[in-house]
Amino acid sequence: MRRPTASFNRGMQTVTLIPGDGIGPEISTAVMKIFEAAKAPIRWEERNVTAIKGPGGRWMIPPDAKESMDKSKIGLKGPLKTPIAAGHPSMNLLLRKTFDLYANVRPCISIEGYKTPYTDVDLVTIRENTEGEYSGIEHVIVDGVVQSIKLITENASRRIAEYAFEYARNNQRTSVTAVHKANIMRMSDGLFLRKCREVAENYKDIKFTEMYLDTVCLNMVQDPTQFDVLVMPNLYGDILSDLCAGLIGGLGVTPSGNIGANGVAIFESVHGTAPDIAGMDLANPTALLLSAVMMLRHMGLHDYGNKIQTACFDTIRDKKVLTKDLGGNSKCSEFTADICRRIQDLD
Amino acid sequence: MPMLQPPPAKYGGRHTVTLIPGDGIGPELLNHVREVFRFSCVPVDFEVVHVNSALETEDDINNAITAIRRNGVALKGNIETKHTMAPSVKSRNNLLRTSLDLYANVMHCQSLPGVQTRHKNIDIMIIRENTEGEYSSLEHESVSGVVESLKIITRNNSLRIADYAFQLAREKGRRRVTAVHKANIMKLGDGLFLQCCREVASGYPDITFDSMIVDNTTMQLVSKPQQFDVMVMPNLYGNVVSNVCAGLVGGPGLVPGANYGHAYAVFETATRNTGKSIADRNIANPTAMLLASCMMLDHLKLYDHASSIRNAILTTMNETRLHTADIGGQGTTSEVVQSIMRFIQSKGQLTTDL
Repeated sequence: MRRPTASFNRGMQTVTLIPGDGIGPEISTAVMKIFEAAKAPIRWEERNVTAIKGPGGRWMIPPDAKESMDKSKIGLKGPLKTPIAAGHPSMNLLLRKTFDLYANVRPCISIEGYKTPYTDVDLVTIRENTEGEYSGIEHVIVDGVVQSIKLITENASRRIAEYAFEYARNNQRTSVTAVHKANIMRMSDGLFLRKCREVAENYKDIKFTEMYLDTVCLNMVQDPTQFDVLVMPNLYGDILSDLCAGLIGGLGVTPSGNIGANGVAIFESVHGTAPDIAGMDLANPTALLLSAVMMLRHMGLHDYGNKIQTACFDTIRDKKVLTKDLGGNSKCSEFTADICRRIQDLD
Repeated sequence: MPMLQPPPAKYGGRHTVTLIPGDGIGPELLNHVREVFRFSCVPVDFEVVHVNSALETEDDINNAITAIRRNGVALKGNIETKHTMAPSVKSRNNLLRTSLDLYANVMHCQSLPGVQTRHKNIDIMIIRENTEGEYSSLEHESVSGVVESLKIITRNNSLRIADYAFQLAREKGRRRVTAVHKANIMKLGDGLFLQCCREVASGYPDITFDSMIVDNTTMQLVSKPQQFDVMVMPNLYGNVVSNVCAGLVGGPGLVPGANYGHAYAVFETATRNTGKSIADRNIANPTAMLLASCMMLDHLKLYDHASSIRNAILTTMNETRLHTADIGGQGTTSEVVQSIMRFIQSKGQLTTDL
């Protein structure tokens, strides 16, 4: 991940915390407890991001949330609700547009101790996060005919390709694969692919390959070890990153980070709000916790990140206090307490 | 298959079927199909039409389309799309599907006992809308460096594919149909698709209907694929889901696919791979293409021939375990085909009995 622009800072760093909906608040509390146990130098500033209509009728996030993020530059976010079909726009999309979060990064690494049919998964999906199929531009042409517009621009494609290669270089990854469907979407995916090829010229130390989306899917479920860093437009990224999350155990254990243009980065859990178990102390905080670890590494606080991750993985490997989705029947608070205890023992 | 009558066999009880060899492994696999058909005395004559993917003109593909209109049925390999050519040179395969209005792509993914996979007991039917959606080939560069690609969803095509899915489910005795979509983001487009599925579902109270967002679907497929029965979806998601499912049951060499319209039917391998890197090396898996040819025989109501060949294929796969490299074996394509023909010979009637 990119080095933080702030100089080395022994004092507390402010992070904007967005607990979110459903199980969001309880897993955020769990993360805060664990950070406290680790004595991480993080000061949390809680903010809410329910959509409000600003002047001119455009939907926007509350101004105090924006202000906090602009100052702190780093955010940690729980799950937000998105209604299906009609209604106000997706809150996640709104956040991305507001802070120009153009890269969604999801490292998928098999968790030792949480068995899935796939072992040795170690790949990263880097998804263009601002345009593509999620432009939100749809029209009813005539009654019964709908048109959705997929937008691919030179600038966004170049930017995401550059980020992917930079990431590969900074994280000692050996190859970057561009995922596309340029055989069908000749102009749009063709443009994306061309930009990736151009950027690859400046990174001769990294191997560059191209693969059709369907071939990637086909090969991914047979042998995921052949993949390293994958870069792709929005929709393919959405599908593939979830597919890869499925390989390692699901959204409950997958971290995610969104990188923006002005040094802004928001790390988030990508699972849903789980309204059926909200408020019942049953939620699994692992995804949010691992995203927070990703955040610590992004901020240069690797020691704290490693300590917390080790404690989390040890708890999972031990299998004594697992939440229901991990195969146990312990409470969220018990799981959290176990991790806190291990952190304190590690010191 | 619902709604489609095969063309009557003219010319002395023999059917004529259009054969498009395509590129990569297509030609060699289709040669094996012809070999097996000749050996089994299948009353099918192939009209071979070549499509040169290196040419920019559409004459070749138009000839192929005319031939299919004439014969009503085709068996094809994949035609390569050289996307280094100008964007106006569209995918030949896509042109074929849209010109003939082959609106339903049907794929049946089943776990085969003789093939080693991570997941067992998979039995999923995927029905994919085959003509519109993201494959509308409507793109333009409105401003330099900004490209718009249009995804079209229509009520008519969505109702049509949903109806196909439910009819097929009923015919095959399946219990549940799941619509795959992304209506939380594409509220109008996928929203319309979903709505059409719901409307059709209300006419089939004996079949359970539910829906799932596409990213969740892929996640569920890699962890618990046994939960799915019949799935219906627009074009692009169909591409993703069918490839994931093919991978889950053992790879692209195993699964046959069919494209149906009201008037025509075209059979091919389900994942439509050209397989350039393994072409002409006698290592490609002939199973998918041979099973596709059996689907074609069923369509032509030549059920006995279809069963005979299919049984021989599955016996080779499951009992002798003569496998090609893609499923972990060391057999060559021709060894597998020879084994299949030996089974047909041992089980089949002598031609003197027919």
